[in-house]
Order: sequence, then C-alpha cells, then structure tokens
Amino acid sequence: MKNLMFKSVRALAVVAGLAIAGPALAAGEGPHVEKQPWSFAGPFGQFDKAQLQRGFQVYREVCAACHGLSLVAFRNLAEEGGPGFSTDEVSALSAEYFIQDGPDEEGEMFEREGKPFDRFPSPFPNEQAARASNNGAYPPDLSLIAKARAVTRGFPWFVLDIATQYQENGPDYLYGLLTGYHDAPEGVEVPEGQYYNPNFIAGQTLAMAPPLFDEAVEYTDGSPMTVDQYARDVSAFLMWTAEPHLEARKRIGFGVMAFLILFASLLYFTKRKIWRNVDH
Amino acid sequence: MEHTDTAEPTRRDFLYIATGAVGAVGAGALAWPFIHQMNPDASALALASIEVDVSAVEVGQSITVTWRGKPVFIRQRTENEIAEATAVPIADLPDPFARNANLEDNAEATDANRATVGHEAWLVMVGVCTHLGCVPLGEAGDFGGWFCPCHGSHYDTAGRIRRGPAPENMLVPPFQFSDDDTIVIG
Amino acid sequence: MSGHSTYEPQSAPAKWLERRLPVISLVHGSFVAFPTPKNLNYWWTFGGIAFFVLVVQLVTGIVLVMHYTPNDALAFASVEHIMRDVNYGWLLRYLHMNGASMFFIAVYIHMFRGMYYGSYKEPREIAWILGVLLFLLMMATAFMGYVLPWGQMSLWGATVITNLFSAIPVVGESITTWLWGGFSVGNPTLNRFFSLHYLLPFVIVGVVLLHIWAFHIAGNNNPVGVDPKSEKDTISFHPYYTVKDLFAIVIFMIFFSWFAFYLPNYMGHPDNYIEANPMVTPAHIVPEWYFLPFYAILRAIPDKLGGVIAMFGAIAVLFVLPWLDTSKVRSGAFRPVFKVFFWLFVFYSVMLGWLGAMPAEGIYVILSRIFTALYFIHFLVILPVLGLIEKPKKVPDSINDAVLGKTGSAS
Repeated sequence: MKNLMFKSVRALAVVAGLAIAGPALAAGEGPHVEKQPWSFAGPFGQFDKAQLQRGFQVYREVCAACHGLSLVAFRNLAEEGGPGFSTDEVSALSAEYFIQDGPDEEGEMFEREGKPFDRFPSPFPNEQAARASNNGAYPPDLSLIAKARAVTRGFPWFVLDIATQYQENGPDYLYGLLTGYHDAPEGVEVPEGQYYNPNFIAGQTLAMAPPLFDEAVEYTDGSPMTVDQYARDVSAFLMWTAEPHLEARKRIGFGVMAFLILFASLLYFTKRKIWRNVDH
Repeated sequence: MEHTDTAEPTRRDFLYIATGAVGAVGAGALAWPFIHQMNPDASALALASIEVDVSAVEVGQSITVTWRGKPVFIRQRTENEIAEATAVPIADLPDPFARNANLEDNAEATDANRATVGHEAWLVMVGVCTHLGCVPLGEAGDFGGWFCPCHGSHYDTAGRIRRGPAPENMLVPPFQFSDDDTIVIG
Repeated sequence: MSGHSTYEPQSAPAKWLERRLPVISLVHGSFVAFPTPKNLNYWWTFGGIAFFVLVVQLVTGIVLVMHYTPNDALAFASVEHIMRDVNYGWLLRYLHMNGASMFFIAVYIHMFRGMYYGSYKEPREIAWILGVLLFLLMMATAFMGYVLPWGQMSLWGATVITNLFSAIPVVGESITTWLWGGFSVGNPTLNRFFSLHYLLPFVIVGVVLLHIWAFHIAGNNNPVGVDPKSEKDTISFHPYYTVKDLFAIVIFMIFFSWFAFYLPNYMGHPDNYIEANPMVTPAHIVPEWYFLPFYAILRAIPDKLGGVIAMFGAIAVLFVLPWLDTSKVRSGAFRPVFKVFFWLFVFYSVMLGWLGAMPAEGIYVILSRIFTALYFIHFLVILPVLGLIEKPKKVPDSINDAVLGKTGSAS
C-alpha cells in the first residue's frame, strides 16, 4: 500500500504542477500591497500594548470625526489582550462621551455620561446623515475594517499563505491606504471631491481626504510623530478592534497543537502495536 | 513489523494507558469551552452595577429597580417599621443570618445588619423570594413586610423570612450610598 | 449494519436488554466485530474523518444557536457578540466556520477515493447514491449556513443562488418568491434558512446511517477491489480500524486547528465582515471555495437555464456513475488507462474550482467551457468506452494474496 500511496502523491504533484502552469495567466487585481512587520503576525504574535494605545489616540483624534467604532465598548480597552488601559482610565475616558439613553419617566430620550459598558457612539446617527455631511460618501464603521478589507492574493501566494500563516492583509492594506496619498500623475483625472491614492482597493481615487499629517497627533511616549508611524499604529489598533481575542486565539492554538502532536504520536505507536501481527 | 509481543506486556500496557489518559485529558479540556459558553458573557458581566436616584422616595414608599434582570426593592421605612423589626429576638427568626452581601457571611440578622450604617431607614434587597424565585408583594403578609403569593412565605419589615417555605431572608445586594440621594447597586 | 455479531451477553442486565432491544449486539456487529478487509489504506479513513467533522459541526452549531439571533436587524451583531463577548465564542464560531470547509475537504477526498477504487460498483450502488445525496444535503446546509451571519456575501450569495431557480420556465418567478417569502432575500428568507440549517444536519446523520448500513451489507470495498474470500482477508473493525481511524482523525485535527487558530478567516471572504446591504452589491460575488467548480460550470454556459441545468447535471451525473463505468474491474489500481483519466479528472475539478473564483470574462470563460466539456466527457464518454476497450492488469485472487505478494516483493 505504501507504494500506492506514493504513486497517488506523485500523481497529485503532477496535478498541482499543471495547476500552477495554468493560472500564470491570472491578472493581478487590486492595488499592490506591501507586507509590513506586525507584532501580532505569526503563530506567537501578540499586540504591542503601547502601539494599540497610540493607535487608539490616532483613532480618537483623527478618524473618530467621521468613522464609528460601534462594536467596541469602552470596557474592551481594559480587557485582556487589548491596549491595556486600567479600569480607572477607562471609566474616566468613557465619562468624556455622551451617550443617548432613555426613555426617562416622561418618555423623553436624554443624554448621559458614558459608562465603561457603553459602546463607542457613532459620529453620525445613521447612514443618510453621514452621507449628507460627507458629499454623499459614507465613512464606514471601523470596528471590523481590518477583516473586511483584503486585496486578492494571486496564485501562488494564496497557497503559500497557508504555510506562512499570513493573515495581515487587512492592516497591510490599511497602512498602504493611509500612506498612499500623493499627487496624481500626468494624465490621471481626479474628480471634484476625490483624492488620488493608488493603494485604494476600489479605484485610484477616493472621497476621504488625506487624514494624517506629520505632528498632527501629539505622542507622549517619544514615538516618531510621522504619518508612517500614525498609519502603523492605527492599523494595529484596528486589527485589535476587529479581532479582540487574537492573543487568546494564538495562545490556545499553541496549546492545542502541542497536545494534538503528543496525542498523535502516542496513537501512532499504539496503532503500530495493535497492527504488529497483521500483514497489510 | 517487529514481533516482540508477550515479551514485555507491561510496556505495551503502559502505552495503551498513556494514550488513553492523554485522550481523556484532551476530551476534558475540549468540554470546557462548550460548558463555559453558557456562563454570563462579558457584556452581561459589564452591566453588573447600576445607579439609582432615590430623592423622590418618601418615608413609607418603595420603588423597584432592575439589577441583573431581577427586581430590587428600595424602601424608605417608617419609624414604626424599624421599631417592629428591631424588637424581634434573633432566636425567633427562621434564618438567623443577615444575608447581606456587604457584611460577613455569618453576620446576625439584626435590623441594623439588614440596613446600612447612616441610612438605617433604607432597606435595599433583591425582591426575589428565597423559596423558588417568585417576586413577593410589598406591604403584605402577617408581619407587615412582604408576602410571596406563590407558596405563602411571609417576610417582615426588614425583609426577613418569618413564616412559610422560604429558607432564607431576602438577599441584600452589594450597594452603597454614593451621596444621600443616590444608591449604587452592584 | 447487523448480521456479523459474535456478541453473547454475559451479565444478567445485558441478557435482559438483549431480548428486548438488541442494541448492544447491533453496535458490536457493526463497529466492533465487523469483518473489515485488512488492506484498507489511509484514504479509507476519510469517511470516519468526515463523520467526525459532522459531529463537530453539530456540537458547535447547537451551542452557537444559544447566542445567535436569526433576524435581519440583529443577526450580524449577534455573530459579533459571539465573537467578542461570549465565553470562547470566537473559538466556537471559528471552529464551525472552518469546520464547514473541513467537512468538504474530507468528503471530496472520500469521494475521489470511491471513484478511484470503484467503490460505486456493483453491489455498492446504493451506498454510492446515498453518498451523492449526502453531498447534496451538505451543499444545501452549507449554503444556508453561510447566509446566517448576514454579511454582504451572505446576502448576495443567497440572492444569486436562489435566483438560479428563476431560470425554470413558467414557474421560476413564483418559486423564487416562494423561497424568499418576499420579493428579495430578506428577513423571512433568513428565518427559514436558519430553521432548515438546523434541521438538515440531523437528516444528514440519518442518511449517514443508511449509507453505512448500505456498504455494510456488501462489506467495505478495498484497494484491490476483490471481495474478501476467507477469514484470512479480514480483521475485526475494533481495535484495528478504530485505532487507525482515530489516529487519522487526530492528524486531521492538526490540519483543522492550523486553520481554526491561525488562519481562521483564510477560507472566508472579507466582504462577509460588512453587514448585509441590499442597496450595494460587492464587486465580485464568489461562493465559498467548495462550490467553485459547480459555479464555474454554471457560468460556462451562456444561457441562464442552460447554465443551471449544466450545474445540476454535474451533480446528477454522479448519481448514475455506477452505470456509466462499464469496466468489469473494480479497483482503478489495475486499470492503467483509467488511472490517467482519473488524475486528469482531478485536474479538471481543480481547474474548474480555480476558474470559479476568476471573473467571468475573456480567457476564463473559454477555459471554463473547455473544462466543463472535459468534466462531462469524462463521465459520459471516457468511462463507458474505457471499460470496453481497456486491457486491465491481472487482478489478485484474494486480498491476502495481494498483501503477501506485496510484502514478498518488498523484502
């Protein structure tokens, strides 16, 4: 049977080889995305807490003017695997927001101070209001944006990604987008109210004005106050908002893998013992 | 294939036992997420505290608020009610413990221990009968406190069980007065 | 499943039960003492692996339902609630999400194994047909499950697939309206898909039992394709195949965990993390990978009804496979020409899968048509003709001879 298995594997290899030859024709779609180094990449990746805190600061001072974060609660900022704010910091932070609540005894809605269990209030009450304030464009909610954007990886990359565990398409794209604004080259028409950015996933221009400028956000930990650093930090922060249990997932995953490999080895020897008297 | 059978039965048995034991440990660990997912989730735990404005509650009045999905009775008791409750000897109580989450587990069920220092007139307790979880009616029953219509438990003006099937005094939840008009529960 | 039991109840309670409901001897006869060919290779473990993944899907699915809300306004948020707040919710959801892909991987390998070794041939036709039925039920279940998170791909995948039925002449429109419970995919559709997504897995379990019953009547096929002739050819299912299947399942779990823990969104589409919006269609609507070959066949035909017929025909042809293959030799191991065509067929399937993910334009359309044609030619021309003209290699007299012959030449 070993021989047969070997032959089957060889035949599969031939199939795979043919499959590789075919898609060489595949046209690359979407913008080119540069891979960035991320602390949370790979099987042992973890978030850089200081980076998440800086990223949150960028979100709050820049993005939050137009983009919601409606799936994230203030309390999440103090939870394990996140930016690592203290519960007191989160209470103080949430109290800076106003949350609509109600109805009260008179049946009226009212505003109150935010509590840690509240979610981030969105800058606009609904999509229509958001479009009305943004020349018809809708700034998407950013809670899941790092998982909701990925540029198609052509062959053979999408196969190799399985082995390398490349999962950072989202933050790579966001970083590329935020750092991709520059003057349009000769011959490219930029419509009124649009900005040229070749890294945009759905065309060469988009309605979002360049959001980041050097020195726009005041960092207190000595990190460089550059567009590049801001883009990195906010992309990492948005990866956390999209996947808040990433650290637990990778940690538990390692334990599961170690266990399964041990169990599989024991089973292998058990199987050999049981089969030792059978010709097969 | 090697043929070493019967020579070392103990080593073979050890392999089987080790494999079985590792498998059992794995199955046990795997069961935990499936069990734990039914416990209160992070959003439910985050709602564990509420603030209540009690400025409008006059002497002899009660309000009911919701905390963790359960009713909490907040009553500003009359002098008479306090005196009545204070007069009862502990020995006459079916449940001698205060059941006050703000005190030690073995605190006695005195009236003072059912209320809180500085706000002795105020009674704050989870309005759930300790028998089988019904909500008792206020200002009812043979002891002028609460009466549970489901199975006839009588509570006194300090929310202590006096007669009927309920085994314990109604629970006083963790709470404090953040100022004279505001109670924080949880 | 019965008929092979050597079970004799020993204790008094066991004897008592045996007279009234012989369930122990049924299980003993089917999964303990069951005589199984001793030469099954590891490709044969994928049936057990598929069953294991089915159980994973049932268990994770049942607990996910404890937190999920099937309502178009709440579904997306309830899935995110599972991902963020429920204890281990992310784990349960990722296991279920990737489990669907794992189920298809196991079942596709299981089907290709059956095709290579002629497991569909006399007298196992019913087992094969039930298997194809299981495949259809799985596809329906997976499709409806994909709708439940109510992301953009959920909504638009559902729209595109349910619109297939509108190709049916005369009654097509009425059928799609009936399926939707409205004039587009909406809350009624989500609710009924949820109901059926919960129901169908239990139907699958029932058909799986029939499937096992059916191949236990003739006994397992085996790599040589010669039925067992004497006791020398078989061994009891337990402990030999229980331990072998378990080992294979644990290896498969490593593969499964690799995705569930480290690449949980690899198989998914990013657009499904955007809440469903009936006003905006995603740029490229792509079904889940396991539907891609059939999706490519659908798009290869430039006619709406024709495409639908071709797609369903691609599955329907599997039902009649036992009668399309005319060869008297069961196992492909002894059919040198068939082997070549078998691997070519695997190649067509992979290519159709790849083409299903490409936009329907230019060279891709032409390639889709070529491979669709090759897919059908394989079943409708190659297999019937090959059985008549191919000269097979000599088939061993028994499983034992085959095994000894191999061991002999190896030493």
